[in-house]
Amino acid sequence: MRKAALLAVHELAKRDPRVVFVGSDITKQNLEKFAAEFPDRYFMEGIYEQHIIGMCAGLAMSGKIPYINTIATFLTRRCYEQVLIDLCLHELPVRLLGSGGGTVYAPLGPTHLANEDLAIFRAIPNMTIVAPCDADEMKRVMMQSLDWHGPLYVRIAKGGDKVVSSDARGFKIGEAIPMREGRDVLLVSTGITTQIALDAADLLAQDGLTATVLHIHTLKPFDTARVLHYAAQAKAVLTIEEHTLVGGLGSAVAETLMDSGKGGVPFARLGFPDVFTEELGSQVEIMGKYGLTSANLAAKAKGLLKA
Amino acid sequence: MEQRALIDSRGKDHRRLILQMLVGSGRGHVGAALSVMEIVRVLYDDILRVDPKQPRWADRDRFIFSKGHGCLALYVMLAEKGFFPKEELLRSCHFGSMLGGHPESRKTPGVEASTGALGHGLSIGVGCALAARIDKKDWRTFVLIGDGESNEGSVWEAALSAGKHRLANLTVLVDYNKFQSYGPSKDIQDLEPFADKWRSFGFAVREVDGHDVPALREALNATPFDAAKPSALICHTVKGKGFKTTEHNADWHHKAKVKPEELALLLIELEGLP
Repeated sequence: MRKAALLAVHELAKRDPRVVFVGSDITKQNLEKFAAEFPDRYFMEGIYEQHIIGMCAGLAMSGKIPYINTIATFLTRRCYEQVLIDLCLHELPVRLLGSGGGTVYAPLGPTHLANEDLAIFRAIPNMTIVAPCDADEMKRVMMQSLDWHGPLYVRIAKGGDKVVSSDARGFKIGEAIPMREGRDVLLVSTGITTQIALDAADLLAQDGLTATVLHIHTLKPFDTARVLHYAAQAKAVLTIEEHTLVGGLGSAVAETLMDSGKGGVPFARLGFPDVFTEELGSQVEIMGKYGLTSANLAAKAKGLLKA
Repeated sequence: MEQRALIDSRGKDHRRLILQMLVGSGRGHVGAALSVMEIVRVLYDDILRVDPKQPRWADRDRFIFSKGHGCLALYVMLAEKGFFPKEELLRSCHFGSMLGGHPESRKTPGVEASTGALGHGLSIGVGCALAARIDKKDWRTFVLIGDGESNEGSVWEAALSAGKHRLANLTVLVDYNKFQSYGPSKDIQDLEPFADKWRSFGFAVREVDGHDVPALREALNATPFDAAKPSALICHTVKGKGFKTTEHNADWHHKAKVKPEELALLLIELEGLP
C-alpha cells in the first residue's frame, strides 16, 4: 500500500509541477525514480517532524503541493500543533502519508502504534482523513488527492492486504462505499477492517443472515447520509476499526445515529479499549486479542440480532 | 551589545499608536511590540518588496512574524503602509475586528502566516525559501523570532534545515531582548553563546542594536551576509523600549486593563525622552 502511494506521488509529480515530495529519514525504496527525475522537488529531511510540517506549510503557502511520508505515529502525534496551526488553520494542500497506521508495527511495541491517529485528527477543523482498505484503493485516493482542498491525512496499512476494492464501485473522497448489501445487519468498517467485515458477512451468510458492509474510507468529512441510509434498513449496526474506541469510526457512527434520533438501533463497536496494548507479536495477533476478527464480529452481530 | 540608540520622533509616534491600541483593545503584549518596533519599521521602510494594494502578489518578499505576540508593532507598520485603514488599529481584539491578539493571515491583509504558538515561523520560512528556489524566483523570506521563542526545539530543527539547504534567500531576525514572561532570560533559559549557536547551525551571523534604525538598515541591506548561507541578524533590543515603566519589566509582558493614570504617566515618559 505504501508502494502504491509513493509510486502515485511520482505519477502526480509528472503531471503537475506543484507536487513536491518530503520524507523524514525513510527508506529509499520506491522513491528512486522520483529522486532521479525531479531532484529539485525531492527532499529527504531529518528526523524532525515539527519542522517538516512547518516547512511544507511554507512550501504550500508558496504554491506547492507537498506529499510527506513518514511513520504514522510521528506524523500525527509528534507534530500535532504544527498540523493543527500550520496546515489546518491555514487550509493548506499538504498530504500526510502515514506509514503503519494502527497496529502495523505491533512487534516494535507501543511507541510505534498509531491507534489514536484518526481520533486526534478528527478533532481538527479543515482536516480530511482517509484510510484505504487496499493498494488499489490507495491509488484512487492518491489520484484524487492532487486537487483536494486543504490538508489530507492518508493512513497507510501494512501492505499486501487482500484487494477487495474495485473500480466498478467508484471512488470519491468523502463518499462511503457499500461493499455488499443485506437486510439484517449493517457492518461499518474503515481501512483494512473492511476485509474483516466482508469475511464476517460471509460467516453470517452461512447462518442465513445478510449484511451490508459499508466501507468508510473517509473518516472526515464523514458520510453521515450513507450511514443513516443503510442504518435505517438494518436491524443492528456494528462498527469495527483498528483504532481506539475513543473518538474514531465507532464514535463517529454513534454520534451520527444519536444526532439523528436513530440511537435506538441495536449497536456495538469493536476496536481497542482505552489502554496501551501490552503484547508484542503481529498485527493479527494484537487485533485478535482485542476481538478484531471476523468470527467475533459475526458473533457480536448475531448476539445483537437475538437480543 | 549595549542599546544606545535614541527613539526618534517617528518611533515616538509608533509608540503612541501602540498605547492607543492597548487602550482600544483592552490588552496587549506591550513589551514585545516595543522591542521589535524598529526592526519591523526598517523592514517595511527599506527592505521588504511588498505591495499594500496586492498583499498576495506572487513575487512579494515573505515576512513571517513568528513571535506573534509582538503583533502590535506589525499592525502599526501595516496600517502605516496602507494594508488596511488606520482606524482598524483602535478596535483590535474586538468581535468582528480584523486584528487579533496574535496575527492571522485569514483576517489581516499583509499577514503571511497565523502565528502565536511559538517556534512555528522559521520552519514556514524555510519552506517559503525552498519554494522560491524551486521556482528560481528572486523574492526573499524574512522571519522574526524572539529569544524566548528560541527555547522551542522546533526553532533549532528549522535552523538545522536552513543550514543544510544553504538558504541564502532566508534571513532570520532575532529579537534578543533578554527578557521573557517570567523575567530575565538568563535566569530562565540562558541562550548564550547565542550568536555562536546560529553560526554552528550554518548561518552567517551579524549583531546589531535593534533600536538603531540606520544600523538595522545597513545590516539588512547587507543580507545575505554570505552568498551560500542563511543569514541571522541578532537584534539586541530592550523589552518595553521607550518607557521607563515598561523597560525590563515583566509586568508589562502582557498588559490588560491599563488604568488611565498609568497611561498618562507613560505618555509623559514618552514626551520626556531625549
